[in-house]
Amino acid sequence: MSPQFVTDYPALAPLFRPGQKVKVRAGAPLGHIRTPFYIRGHVGEIERLCGAFPNPEELAQMRDGLPAQPLYRVRFKQKEVWPDYRGPDNDVVEIEIFQHWLEKA
Amino acid sequence: MGGLPAGKVEPTEHDYPEWERRVDAMVQLLRGGGRITVDELRKNIESLPREAYDQLSYYEKWISSLTQTLIQRGVITSAELGRKMEEVDKRKR
Repeated sequence: MSPQFVTDYPALAPLFRPGQKVKVRAGAPLGHIRTPFYIRGHVGEIERLCGAFPNPEELAQMRDGLPAQPLYRVRFKQKEVWPDYRGPDNDVVEIEIFQHWLEKA
Repeated sequence: MGGLPAGKVEPTEHDYPEWERRVDAMVQLLRGGGRITVDELRKNIESLPREAYDQLSYYEKWISSLTQTLIQRGVITSAELGRKMEEVDKRKR
């Protein structure tokens, strides 16, 4: 599985592959977090591995964010995210989420 | 917006006043030079009081956040900033 972007940061190994189901962690810790509130706790499917990038939660606090965290594009069904969604059943929302916010579903 | 109801979005174009262009240039140069990260800027925008977050324009948020970041990084001090603001205020009178 090759990432969309190759980076040369010291990085953690990817734990997930495209097609795997993942659940977004549901926590709401303090700090600067890139995982949107509305997607926390939802189940989606790995669409691709984007690459490994320094952790923005650490960069925001003036640290180096290393080792780099694998970043995935994750696909969610809009109907599951917003139960009153009126569009077609197969409409999706794709969000880029760092590995430490994901667990096996 | 952000998964919350936001009403209808009306996209419009507008001219950027000189000060907005300067804010953009400062952000680009400081990020390019590795002095600050976009993540610190985002953190400091998120830290704005709710009322300010709702009322400030896009570039007003960026300049507040950039200023806070430069103070945190030690590039400028609050005392220097305060003196400069007083000086600029006097120019207007």
